[in-house]
Amino acid sequence: MTDLLEPRAIGQGLVRRDGELKVRGTATYAVETPVENPAYCHPVQATVARGRVTAMDTAAATALDGVLAVLTPFDAERLASTEDAEYAVLQSDEVAFRGQLIGVVIAETSEVARQAADSVRVTYDEQEHDAELAVDHPGLYKPEKVNAGHETDTAEGDVAAAMATPQRDGGVTLERTYSTAMYHNNPLEPHATTALWDADAQFLTLWDSTQGVHPDRAAVCEVFGLEQEQVRVVCPYVGGGFGSKGTPHANVMLAVMAARALPGRPVKLALTRQQMFFLAGYRTPTIQQMQLAADRRGRLQAIAIDVVEQTSRIKEFAEQTGVPARMMYASPNRRSTHRLAALDVPVPSWMRAPGECPGMFGPEVAMDELAEELGLDPVELRVRNEPEVDPETGKPWSSRNLVRCLREGAERFGWAERPRGRREGDWLVGYGVASSVYPTMRQATSTANLRYADGRYVAEIGAADLGTGAWTILPQITADALGVDVGDVDVRIGDTQYPTASVAGGSSGTNTWGSALVVAARAFRDKFGGSPDDGDEISGDVDQAAKDDAHAPYAFGAQFVEARVNADTGEIRVPRLLGVFGVGRVINPRTARSQLIGGMTMGLSMALHENSVWDPRIGQVANHDLAEYHITVNADVGEIEAVWLDEHDPYVNAMGSKGIGEIGITGTAAAVVNAVHAATGVRVRDLPVTLDKVLPGLP
Amino acid sequence: MKPFAYAHPGDVAEAVRDVAAEPNAVFLAGGTNLVDHLRLGVARPDLVVDVRTLTSREITDLDDGGLRLGAASTNSEVAADRRVRERYPVLAQALLAGATGQLRNMATTGGNPLQRTRCPYFQDVTTPCNKRQPGTGCSAVGGYTRYHAILGTPGALPDPTAPETCIATHPSDMAVALTALDAQVHTLGPAGVRTVPFVDLHRLPGDDPSKDTVLEHGELITAIDLPPLPAGARSAYRKVRDRASYAFALVSVAAVVHDGDVRIALGGVAHKPWRATRAEEILRGGPLTDHAVRAAMDAELAVAQPQPGVEGGNGFKIPLAARTVAATVRTLTEEQS
Repeated sequence: MTDLLEPRAIGQGLVRRDGELKVRGTATYAVETPVENPAYCHPVQATVARGRVTAMDTAAATALDGVLAVLTPFDAERLASTEDAEYAVLQSDEVAFRGQLIGVVIAETSEVARQAADSVRVTYDEQEHDAELAVDHPGLYKPEKVNAGHETDTAEGDVAAAMATPQRDGGVTLERTYSTAMYHNNPLEPHATTALWDADAQFLTLWDSTQGVHPDRAAVCEVFGLEQEQVRVVCPYVGGGFGSKGTPHANVMLAVMAARALPGRPVKLALTRQQMFFLAGYRTPTIQQMQLAADRRGRLQAIAIDVVEQTSRIKEFAEQTGVPARMMYASPNRRSTHRLAALDVPVPSWMRAPGECPGMFGPEVAMDELAEELGLDPVELRVRNEPEVDPETGKPWSSRNLVRCLREGAERFGWAERPRGRREGDWLVGYGVASSVYPTMRQATSTANLRYADGRYVAEIGAADLGTGAWTILPQITADALGVDVGDVDVRIGDTQYPTASVAGGSSGTNTWGSALVVAARAFRDKFGGSPDDGDEISGDVDQAAKDDAHAPYAFGAQFVEARVNADTGEIRVPRLLGVFGVGRVINPRTARSQLIGGMTMGLSMALHENSVWDPRIGQVANHDLAEYHITVNADVGEIEAVWLDEHDPYVNAMGSKGIGEIGITGTAAAVVNAVHAATGVRVRDLPVTLDKVLPGLP
Repeated sequence: MKPFAYAHPGDVAEAVRDVAAEPNAVFLAGGTNLVDHLRLGVARPDLVVDVRTLTSREITDLDDGGLRLGAASTNSEVAADRRVRERYPVLAQALLAGATGQLRNMATTGGNPLQRTRCPYFQDVTTPCNKRQPGTGCSAVGGYTRYHAILGTPGALPDPTAPETCIATHPSDMAVALTALDAQVHTLGPAGVRTVPFVDLHRLPGDDPSKDTVLEHGELITAIDLPPLPAGARSAYRKVRDRASYAFALVSVAAVVHDGDVRIALGGVAHKPWRATRAEEILRGGPLTDHAVRAAMDAELAVAQPQPGVEGGNGFKIPLAARTVAATVRTLTEEQS
């Protein structure tokens, strides 16, 4: 149990401290950093999916007025570490995927840099590539671990036996295959860097769009063989990341390399939207083979998920898609496996709720199919499979209010009166439901420094605000921990000059940084009392915060969807979307709501629109821009509502809060698919749900 | 992006002379398509001639009861014009179904129909494309074909290596409405003025996919005339797309119904806006029942060629086109009764 803060500032819907700067357009983002006499970079990318660069003719490029340098694998500086192949830019002539960085032009203007990059003539020794994921891909292998350190496979009891046993007295078994598409994070602000290398001081300054200045610095130091003291990373504002800025990508290393080629001159490198589809990470497509067995009353006897997904040949990223099915519902027999195909494709990475997002699609649609087979209300089916303790670890829950979320949501949504294939004019109407889940995580490292100066409390921590609200809520936490008015507290973030902070990822930012701030604030009060002197200062570390290992900490939720399908054209519209969440104590209802409905909107987008259409013949995303890669627009979002229970969790942290950045995207797509099924009778198992997939089933 | 010269001549005659004199010159109006293509390296002109302010921006009544849309009138202005909304709702609806408010404020009557056909491979200079680089082949065949043609394509399974192969579609919503309205296009070119029926403005790929329209090099649209519709005629535009706004049509339908006769134009199905003349003939004289319209469209689409490709190709467009036409005509006849 932790000593929970008395909420005063916590719980208030304070407006964003950075809101006005952003609305006025005066908040500076990485590539806009005002620097003297910048130079501009434009990358050269490979146009084959596998092979070797045999020659690069840069004569036309270097001959252009304003070109300062052209770097290629044949003349670029050798890096201190090439262990991470994604970061080993321009270190060899090998091409491991189409779009890989094979050069960069640095010029006086971005236009000249781009023109020069276009004029570089590259010849290749092209090799046959393998870029198509298949459930029976001959190269499937078992990774050692999956993302976030989870076991690759788990098993308990005997799923095969449970599936083979004829289900007596009306029990059922279900075997289905589901798939999610490839998705690209597509934050509004592209991946961008301003970099300055001071050769005399041997010091690098990076203004980089990142979800963590300290992890960013660590990666750069490793690759270039620099000490931490030689690098400063600054990032006050991030125009969205959704995981794609959680670790740096190759563009950051290229920008640093360009800066080191031009000492004393700041260089700017912003990826174009098209380039982001090759270089900035993405979510792997997943194939999910599900098995469920249940008795007549709907109690699960077996639950299994076997996942097939991809990674790149040069760097492994194993999305933990099978993980949520391990703990979501009770069942005596359970199995989960992950198999990967390492392909000649760009490097996949984190995207909002890696694991839980795709992993709450197949299982939550399967539960809907099971409910249908059993003739049970899908809400009731979930309630009947509520586990007493975490099925995976046997630990009690820190708090688990899935059932309350389901019941509360059903009540608010009018679930009891749900239409089944009802027709309203030209539209077929149906409701769908699915559960949401996300683990509550806290990172091991983060330190906050707290000082009293000029009558104000100033906290410093290298945290990141991706548009999530950290600038606003960290002062709320600090104020309550100090017992002062939130207006008397400043929290400074986004700079490696401040104490080390963990990445804004895994919905762990507030839990981690907030805990460090609470430790610092309490230590400050203990040491300096209620009337500190100017200059009094102390630091606090998340290490020192109370930690509970005896409970399984998760946030839960339930999402309800009304889908309307046009009876003539199959067009799918979602006029209503409701999420009810148990996420512990909400620090700031205004920013929290924004996180939750943002996640739900991204889930709706995943359900209906997003799809990086892969062309395996050439090894690239065919629709690699925002005209063709559809993201849900305003007109697609009708009434959207996120509410949360008054949930008390004394185990997670001193704030009593759980992470809220990712849970909103989990389960949404399943709820949409389930609603479309209720409207049309058509069960779509492969995302996205588009009109061509429902058309054959329409009247 | 390749550097180019920019000219802003004093009048249309000079603009036409400027472009005609330079083989690699283009006109610039709203720039909503051309500027994208300049950035992507798809368009690589030596000279860009700005005609934005040279043609008329007026919408004027014609003596026969029709309307003349000056080439420089914007999509927003035309869509908001009371006469257009009352007399040609199909056009106002088509315009508002296209792009975004910001783009419609820039796009013009003369420029919108001249946007290039759309295809992700055309837009990607790293892939072969007969339209962008004649003779290099077609990357779309067998690839991502969701937005591609089912009508007017060269044969059942086009040869991706043949120089004439192109399965792109024309993306303009406005052009589909103008096709159904039998609009007339006034141009000024090196050979003087002429009037082209709108239905003949765009072309199928034929043996030269690099050409989207019949206009000669240096020929400029100066105005588009909308002939009057018979009293009591009703019209509508229905656009079916993958999201509710800001997406190109999978299939779109412009329909005009009058006294049991119907005019039908389809978007998203061919290299040009597709006038469904065969279906119109079958339906002439009515009755325009759901069943009759579907049957007529089945006849129209009998020659349609679904394109295979990743994620199932585009065969769904055949039933979708028939169903969407039926739904659109139903709306118009229900209004009438």
